Amino acid sequence: MSRFTKNSSRNLFYGGSLFFFLVLIGLTFDTMGGLSKRDHRENITPQVAQGKRVWEDNNCVGCHTIMGEGAYFAPELGNVYQRRGPDFIKGWIQSQPTGIKGRRQMPQFHLTEEELDAIVAFLKWTNEINAAKWPPNVEG
Amino acid sequence: MNYSSQSVAKLYFIAAIGLFVGQILFGLILGTQYVIGDFLFPAIPFNVARMVHSNLLIVWLLFGFMGSAYFLVPEEAERELYSPLLAKILFWVFLVAGALTIVGYLSVPYATLTKITGNDLLPTMGREFLEQPTITKIGIVIVALGFLFNIGMTILKGRKTSISLVLLTGLVGLAVFFLFSFYNPENLVLDKYFWWWVVHLWVEGVWELILGAILAFILIKVTGVDREVIDKWLYVIIAMALVTGLIGTGHHYYWIGTPEYWQIWGSIFSALEPIPFFMMAVFAFNMVSRRRREHPNKVATLWALGTAIMSFLGAGVWGFLHTLAPVNYYTHGTQITAAHGHLAFYGAYVMIVLSMISYSMPLLRGKGICNGQKSQNLERWAFWLMAISMVFITLFLTGAGILQVWLQRVAVTPMSFMEVQDQISIFYWLRLIAGLIFLIGLLAYIKSFFVKNDDPVQA
Repeated sequence: MSRFTKNSSRNLFYGGSLFFFLVLIGLTFDTMGGLSKRDHRENITPQVAQGKRVWEDNNCVGCHTIMGEGAYFAPELGNVYQRRGPDFIKGWIQSQPTGIKGRRQMPQFHLTEEELDAIVAFLKWTNEINAAKWPPNVEG
Repeated sequence: MNYSSQSVAKLYFIAAIGLFVGQILFGLILGTQYVIGDFLFPAIPFNVARMVHSNLLIVWLLFGFMGSAYFLVPEEAERELYSPLLAKILFWVFLVAGALTIVGYLSVPYATLTKITGNDLLPTMGREFLEQPTITKIGIVIVALGFLFNIGMTILKGRKTSISLVLLTGLVGLAVFFLFSFYNPENLVLDKYFWWWVVHLWVEGVWELILGAILAFILIKVTGVDREVIDKWLYVIIAMALVTGLIGTGHHYYWIGTPEYWQIWGSIFSALEPIPFFMMAVFAFNMVSRRRREHPNKVATLWALGTAIMSFLGAGVWGFLHTLAPVNYYTHGTQITAAHGHLAFYGAYVMIVLSMISYSMPLLRGKGICNGQKSQNLERWAFWLMAISMVFITLFLTGAGILQVWLQRVAVTPMSFMEVQDQISIFYWLRLIAGLIFLIGLLAYIKSFFVKNDDPVQA
């Protein structure tokens, strides 16, 4: 440790961080290059984009996860299209809150028919992203 | 306190502690909603309480970091702060902006908040931890720029030490990576990819520089160990943090539509992420055992050692627990993640801010270099109550998470999410009790600032 001076450790910091930051940039470029095959972005219609906005404007991620990210209070919705189907999703959102005593409650968001269709389109598109076979089963 | 302008730190620390109390109260609301689902519904839905809980955490830690910088930098630079007035103005701007944002969350539905704050012009809202209205985000950037200018000028015109340069690097990184919060593409995969450039590159990247610098500063003060030795450790630790943590970002890119090679890159590098935290623990204990003075602020030393241990447990061990791709395939997005999040944030970032407050507050309040014996004893109780209850919160959430993974993802006939939640509710009850004990610890902590007729410190 005696020959390993403060200068060596500082160089390790600057050199190491810079090198691995460049590696991260490189991997990011590579990821961006091949991403369109996995995210099927050609299917992001104006309706899907609107659905993402409805998702964000109502802070859905404050209770649910989507592709495993978000809050852990309510079910995973990245694959809910496959689990429940479009009609169930719309009916469920419209019928909230259940008001059952002691149960977790989802607010009523007063979405229009157009917004409901948009959120379904967004969840369908999300369901079809190639996510390396995650989640392990349909329950999410 | 050697420079009168350091006193601005006191404002920041008081605000930090006040918001910390708010964060914990909302944490208790959330913990209750996990077991009594309709608690406070519809007045405070879960998502609203969660935004308040997590946003208050971020805001009060930022107050804590800024306060720490305002205390540390003049002392390291050996000159007064460039502009104490600017520091005071930015304090009030940040506090008012933060308070208005929280009031907004609580008083109107989130969809209304997005409308009245003009989210349509530049949509950035509705993403985890980045729920703040776009205008608040712009405010954060302005405050950060003013703050960096103030700190940067102070360093530039004064003595440049490794500690203040590392701190500054971390704070600049914090501001730079926050800019990715303004990028919100229609493509969810891209959105998620760069969302992590804020979240991961903060907490598993540049924030570790801030943590390391503050810890090194406190250790110099309380141990009297030679600066050369401390600096050397600091650089090696933060080198390891970034060498492992930058590509460690890959552990978030397993299942969000990104290429599968990230499973290898992410697993290898994030498996090494405990190394800097382990080194930090060795560093802290080593310096304290080689101390060349007996600093009478013993409880500040306790906080510093506690930070090193708890961050290793929370960020290092609990992070490693679920970071390998084959494990994460089953644990991703479960209570395991919540367990890790709680202990890591508490152990690393909450505790380093509380360490700095513990060291600096007696000086800032004109009580000399330490509080009296009674006050330190009470603070020690608070330290242990909060540390132990947070470990139990983590253990109970881990228990919940393991069962959740088993019942919902591994079992031959998997159960649905809500069925599983019913099965594991005992763990949520226990977590809530641990949370109440944490609150008691926090109240004891606050009371330790108001001990009257204190005794002198025993040798």
